[in-house]
Amino acid sequence: MDAFTFKRAASVDEAVATAKVGADAKFLAGGQTLLPVMKQRLAAPSDLISLSRIADLTGVTIDGGTISIGAMTRHADVAAHAGIKAALPALCVLAGGIADPHVRNRGTIGGSLANNDPAADYPAAVLGLGATVVTDRRRIAADAFFQGMFTTALAPGELITRIEFPVPDTAGYIKFPHPASRYALVGVMVSGSQGAVRVAVTGAGACVFRVPTMEQALARSFSADALTGIAISHDDLTSDRAGSAAYRAHLVTVLAKRAVTRALEPRS
Amino acid sequence: MTTLSVTVNNTARSAPCPPNTLLSTFLRETLRLTGTHVGCDTSQCGACTVIVDGRSIKSCTMLALEAEGAMITTIEGLAKADGTLHPVQEAFRAHHALQCGFCTPGMVMASVALLEKIPAPTDAQVRHGLEGNLCRCTGYQNIVDAVLAASKTVKGA
Repeated sequence: MDAFTFKRAASVDEAVATAKVGADAKFLAGGQTLLPVMKQRLAAPSDLISLSRIADLTGVTIDGGTISIGAMTRHADVAAHAGIKAALPALCVLAGGIADPHVRNRGTIGGSLANNDPAADYPAAVLGLGATVVTDRRRIAADAFFQGMFTTALAPGELITRIEFPVPDTAGYIKFPHPASRYALVGVMVSGSQGAVRVAVTGAGACVFRVPTMEQALARSFSADALTGIAISHDDLTSDRAGSAAYRAHLVTVLAKRAVTRALEPRS
Repeated sequence: MTTLSVTVNNTARSAPCPPNTLLSTFLRETLRLTGTHVGCDTSQCGACTVIVDGRSIKSCTMLALEAEGAMITTIEGLAKADGTLHPVQEAFRAHHALQCGFCTPGMVMASVALLEKIPAPTDAQVRHGLEGNLCRCTGYQNIVDAVLAASKTVKGA
């Protein structure tokens, strides 16, 4: 890893101000992607600004119909949060299936979203649940946040502070994990709230995406059977040694049906 | 140069630490605690697993400076001063849960963290809990057996 200047920010304001000073400064959240990328010298920031001591960025608040999760909240803490488990168990399932226990103890929701890996789990949650990404300067709707492979609406130096999830009537997440990396070969988040249905797919393409044909079918009838016969085109999907585009397209329908089934299961 | 101060295996340690030092490097090369192994250096194999403030983490994927002020437990901190093995170590020995032994420090630390969280795990919970640790010798069966056996004795540790 190349040399860099390390700074520990005490507040969001300090972090954002410090980022403006460095030639190529980056925020360091959990580091579970950034550090491996720096080891490969695919990134060589001039300055790393650690967010780990900013208390405001960590924690979960549940207020009425909204779950607000601080950007530095670790995956393990979302997975184990009793309040989220009661209100939106699909989010705990998703967070508890990211990578492995040690990575979940370091990795953060804000870091995952800022990185926007095509096979990461959290983008499916944010898009499939219609969440809002809150930054130091504005609120960004999920539909506007994810813009392409490793690309988001974030401006240089803009810092995610929290994510606000509206609690749906029901939701389910299923992924087919790559057996070695645990990234999603395909992952599908389905949610339903009074006729408003969202289906978001990660892993299958260059960036998380919604499936309008499935959303319309589920809005008419929220059942796995409603998705029978709905196939998505594999034209723009990913092909690699883990699976062809056609295989991923097939998985999308299979997993979407399973996600609906899971969403309809009675809560324990 | 920045100085890093941490508590490792109940001993306060301070040493100079360049920012681009990984925690695994600090433990092995600065503190000479070479029980923590570096296998893949890409956060896949888990050989470098240590416990920081009660949580298992991959020390090859954490900057040493991020551990400032932390309580760290490494494999060297498990056995008692008289050499009595920690129950998880003893179970690994009794159940032949290692062959070459390279992954063992990480496996043991991951197992200790797992049993802290789930004191009486099922076979499936042990396998899920060790997903971040690779072993290329054993086929895992004896490791799972060892962790299940340790879960019955670990409380007295």
